[in-house]
Amino acid sequence: MTAIPAPATPGSTALLLLLLRARTFVALILVLAFFAFAAPNFLSAANAVIVSKHVALNAFLAIGMTFVIITGGIDLSVGSIVGLCAMVAGWLVLNGIDLGLGWSIQFNTLEIALLVMLVGVGVGLINGLLITWLNVAPFIATLGTLYVARGAALLSSDGRTFPNLGGNAEYGSASFPWIGSGTILGLPVMIWMLVLVGLLASYISRRTPLGRYIYAVGGNERGAALSGVKVTRVKMFVYMFSGLCAALVGLIIASQLQASHPATGETFELNAIAAAVLGGTSMSGGRGRIGGTIVGAFVIGILSDGLIMMGVSSFWQTVIKGLVIIAAVVIDQAQSKLQARVALQQEAAAGR
Amino acid sequence: MSADHPIGLSIRDGVKVYPGTRALKGVDFDLRMGAVNVLVGENGAGKSTLMKVIAGVEELTEGRVEMAGKVVHFRSKSEAVAHGIGIVFQELNLFPNMTVAENIFIAREPTRAGMDIDAAKQREATRALMARLEQPIDPDTPLGTLRIGQQQIVEIAKALAQDARILILDEPTSALSAAEVEVLFRVIADLKRQGVGIVYISHRLEELIRVGDYITVLRDGAITGARSMAGVDIPWIVRAMIGDSSKEFGRTEPANFGAEVFRADNICLPRLGGGYTVDHVSLSVHAGEIVGLYGLMGAGRTEFLECVMAQHPHSTGAFHVAGKPLTERDVPGRIARGIALIPEDRKRDGLVQIMSIRENLTLSALKSYATGFHLNLKAEMKGAMEFVKRMTIKVARVENPVSSLSGGNQQKVVIGKALMTNPKILLMDEPSRGIDIGAKAEVFRTMRRLAADGLGILFVTSDLDEVLALSDRIIVMANGRITGEFPAGTDAAAVISATAPNATKAVKELAA
Repeated sequence: MTAIPAPATPGSTALLLLLLRARTFVALILVLAFFAFAAPNFLSAANAVIVSKHVALNAFLAIGMTFVIITGGIDLSVGSIVGLCAMVAGWLVLNGIDLGLGWSIQFNTLEIALLVMLVGVGVGLINGLLITWLNVAPFIATLGTLYVARGAALLSSDGRTFPNLGGNAEYGSASFPWIGSGTILGLPVMIWMLVLVGLLASYISRRTPLGRYIYAVGGNERGAALSGVKVTRVKMFVYMFSGLCAALVGLIIASQLQASHPATGETFELNAIAAAVLGGTSMSGGRGRIGGTIVGAFVIGILSDGLIMMGVSSFWQTVIKGLVIIAAVVIDQAQSKLQARVALQQEAAAGR
Repeated sequence: MSADHPIGLSIRDGVKVYPGTRALKGVDFDLRMGAVNVLVGENGAGKSTLMKVIAGVEELTEGRVEMAGKVVHFRSKSEAVAHGIGIVFQELNLFPNMTVAENIFIAREPTRAGMDIDAAKQREATRALMARLEQPIDPDTPLGTLRIGQQQIVEIAKALAQDARILILDEPTSALSAAEVEVLFRVIADLKRQGVGIVYISHRLEELIRVGDYITVLRDGAITGARSMAGVDIPWIVRAMIGDSSKEFGRTEPANFGAEVFRADNICLPRLGGGYTVDHVSLSVHAGEIVGLYGLMGAGRTEFLECVMAQHPHSTGAFHVAGKPLTERDVPGRIARGIALIPEDRKRDGLVQIMSIRENLTLSALKSYATGFHLNLKAEMKGAMEFVKRMTIKVARVENPVSSLSGGNQQKVVIGKALMTNPKILLMDEPSRGIDIGAKAEVFRTMRRLAADGLGILFVTSDLDEVLALSDRIIVMANGRITGEFPAGTDAAAVISATAPNATKAVKELAA
């Protein structure tokens, strides 16, 4: 009498639970259906690509943010990392690295991209060290790096914009704009990148010990540590991964605009948190899915783009976005309660 | 004697039923004023329940509580307080970030015009209370800076500030140093003189004999002895506490211990402010042996296990596993060497409540289901199912959250998780805590089976019955030191007296 098959839950409860679990998808479909009627041309292929590009930037950040939130932390610095990395990209395209003595090293596109990612990972590393070694609360640590990174971005150009980042064929960086505006098989490069990062993150979360540890640390840090999970390493990873995601966004924006401005990415962190929460990530840690987060990012993106197409005032958009997030969390609570009850019923029916 | 000590509160035919258990089975209890009423019994005997009834935290299912001949009903703690009953729990309910005066008047601050806190009045009242308790504690001291003993005095002052005529002290000395115990006893003597009726709960028998005027012994929810303290000795208390204990979990097959699997040499853990929490502890466990580590709360047993599991970087001493020194300094390294810990607090340390049963089971051994980065979910599932079967965990679906299981089954998940790492030595901290009788028996049977399979088991318990019945060897700890080592079948009184080394001599004299 150990593992007996699960007794069937009453049909209506099961259906309700299914609906609640897939609520972000349901919301996505509802939003899509609504704008298909309300906003002409919304479902056209051209518009879909445009919306996807808008969504992608937020989705990158939200993926990194999801891992951080699952461990029970928060990363407020991602917006600033975006700005800093955009400036680094701009600087490298324009100036390379000046060694003094009248010499400078110039980089090709790939090298620039790798260096920018390194900067993002580096800021994430600092976040991680502050949080694990020096025991600073994640909120405070990343709030600090938010200011420092933003300040560094402003200092890099004295607050000015780096213009004309067309690259230089001589140095092999002429392909720099391609990152943000190029296409492969008809889809923008950045969408391919998002697919890649999304699949990678999803794979990590579901099919690797590291992913399991991320959930375990968020669910019960002490318990995880006593079970042999290297909590410090797990936390270092999530902040570095979040920094990497932010670096990609900085790179893409600099490339897309062929210019980089130090204020790039301001308040992006809030949109990323919103997407993660909308996708079912629990702020108290331990719960969340990469797929859910991406769908959440799409709901937010489609909502704002659709409302623009309908000509709704941007002030109203902000209000609506806030309401949607609150509604998402309220529904999330209801789902957790129902799910716990169903599980308890199953265990009770199995005869303790 | 009873003429001097009028009965202040009495319980008649008290019955308290919790879902699944009867915690009190028709208890008659008299609380005498101006005296110390000692209450003693094993863990789970019903002491706490009885006190909660008196303090208004719980209500009796049947029976009645009388004060001065009238039946009273306490529906809440505040109603009991209104009748002059104060309780000091073992876990202090104080705010370390506030001052002594603020703590004493928390939630009943004297105010001017119902708004402005009258700090001067509060301070004055606190000063008066401290004078009454003869404690030189300044009302403006932040509570966190006081020693535990003084904090306990503050807690007592808090009860007295609410005009307590009856004061319940639940294990008040478990965290105190010897000097602080003396202070507490002086305070108790003063309170007695002022006519306060005191209920004193403790496991330290020599203390009880010293401080008590009346003694009540509880066993399994029933009173097995109640008398005035005159003529009571430790053997009498032990007999009343344990009775003729049954040894249903004893070894059935002949003892067959293998080689030494675990040895600790001179383990020390310094305590904040001098002394040692774990004081030069050395012990060894053989394959197939169950060693019971018995002692009172705060004896340093849990801390010792934590030292083994690399939770205290400041500890010193050496461990050996299967003859080889244990050099790994982190948890994963020690798990890899064959050490597994079942923590005391299942909820806080043992399980990740929101994860599924499967994920909890395999958490420690996840690497063995992975090739490089890739996790083989099928193999993991198979492993989890195998252990569900082996541990006879009753689950409907292994994908359900572990929090949906009963306490006993949760404990089996924790044990299963530990076993998945193929340990050589299993450390179990209070393995039967918080699970019902049936599940307890199953956990004990599991321990027997594992030992028979050649695993060395070192388990910590505060339950005398349990340690006597289950252990092949009993090691007793007190104040961080090992104070006794006994073979299976030892007399209970000998084990108990080792938990209070100061009283050992007295018992020996009695036994002689």
